[in-house]
Amino acid sequence: MTTAAISMEPMMPMAHLVREVVKETPDTFTLTLQPDNGEPAAPFLPGQFSMLWVFGVGELPISISGDPGKDDRLVYTVRSVGQATHAFVSQKPGSGVGVRGPFGTGWPVDVARGRDLVVVAGGIGLAPLRPVIYHVLSHRSEYDRLVLLYGARSPRDLLYRKELASWARMRDTQVLITVDYGGLSWRHHVGVVTTLFKFARLRPARSIAMLCGPEVMMRFVARDLEAHGLTRSQIYLSMERNMKCALGFCGHCQYGPHFICKDGPVFTYEQIGPMMNKYEL
Amino acid sequence: MENLERIIAECPFFAGLDHAYLDLIVGCASNVRFEAGAYMFREGTPADTFYLIREGKVAIEMFVPHRKPIIVATVGEGEIVGWSWLLPPYVWKFNGHALHQTRAIALDGKCLRGKCEENHDLGYEVLKRLVQIVEHRLDEARFQQMDVYAVHR
Repeated sequence: MTTAAISMEPMMPMAHLVREVVKETPDTFTLTLQPDNGEPAAPFLPGQFSMLWVFGVGELPISISGDPGKDDRLVYTVRSVGQATHAFVSQKPGSGVGVRGPFGTGWPVDVARGRDLVVVAGGIGLAPLRPVIYHVLSHRSEYDRLVLLYGARSPRDLLYRKELASWARMRDTQVLITVDYGGLSWRHHVGVVTTLFKFARLRPARSIAMLCGPEVMMRFVARDLEAHGLTRSQIYLSMERNMKCALGFCGHCQYGPHFICKDGPVFTYEQIGPMMNKYEL
Repeated sequence: MENLERIIAECPFFAGLDHAYLDLIVGCASNVRFEAGAYMFREGTPADTFYLIREGKVAIEMFVPHRKPIIVATVGEGEIVGWSWLLPPYVWKFNGHALHQTRAIALDGKCLRGKCEENHDLGYEVLKRLVQIVEHRLDEARFQQMDVYAVHR
């Protein structure tokens, strides 16, 4: 994994303004922030996350979902599932929030260079993977085939629909979408995300896979990738736990010998595969 | 017939099957085509066919009272549709709905059942392959039932 660059004052939130709020699905929103001092936004690596401070409510660890090549903004896609996330997605353009970070390890874009990239996302898990897709598309000649497999609960839960359609039209890029439950007007696949492997143009020996989604989904996907011939060191996953300090001090996100915030969130399946099979960990 | 045999031999479901068995199966096979939107079969009707999908996509639909049917799975190129032809009462339990123009090999279920009864080695080969499909679909259905993308508070 690529290591993180942490700002000089990692516990101090930097003031940012909400520039734009876009509704992606009935409960998921993408917010674009910019520093309120006019400076460029903190540079980040695909896969890193920030701690977002909603004043008077609390702090949230959220993966950055924007383009790492655009230094005038930080973009986050957030699903409203609780008090803090609801408060964040309810922000209006012009309102202020605090940002700490970026933190954590990034996706291994250097390891993937010259190889096929297999991106497998489930639900909101597409958000932390979108910066990798942006990175590959803006450095297209450095990467071989891009295969994106994306599963969501239903058609109305799909993120970034227009971008998915435009990525699908690009050369050396295969985009396959499935939903767990489809309506009669749905014309793509229906079934869990692992059913897409049958239709994916995989070249296991020359691939790096990047997975993000619910942990149980990643476990099934990793198992199927292994069955297709990828080794555990070719499979990378982004993990999620309750993060507080984001620096490995507080221990809230400890996962076996690792702190998800500092040693992750991106790990190889070789590192964490055995722990994913332990009950209640 | 020779062409049908080649197509069936290339179908992943029958991969590695002995030529003598392929000859028997070809006798039950025909080429079929469904336009987008056409129903290949409907729930409750006799399940007398088993399809090998060559091209297109088929939605497996479930009827839900007071609602429009929901699609619980889609089946595409290289996959098979239907095992109700093998087990009594030989009745479809879902609708099969072509989402796009779909080409398939249709195998006459009664004919194939008869050949499997006459030749148990063939029957075992067909069953082994079907059970593998059933196992995969059961795994997928269990995974689907977990509803992993829902908000679990």
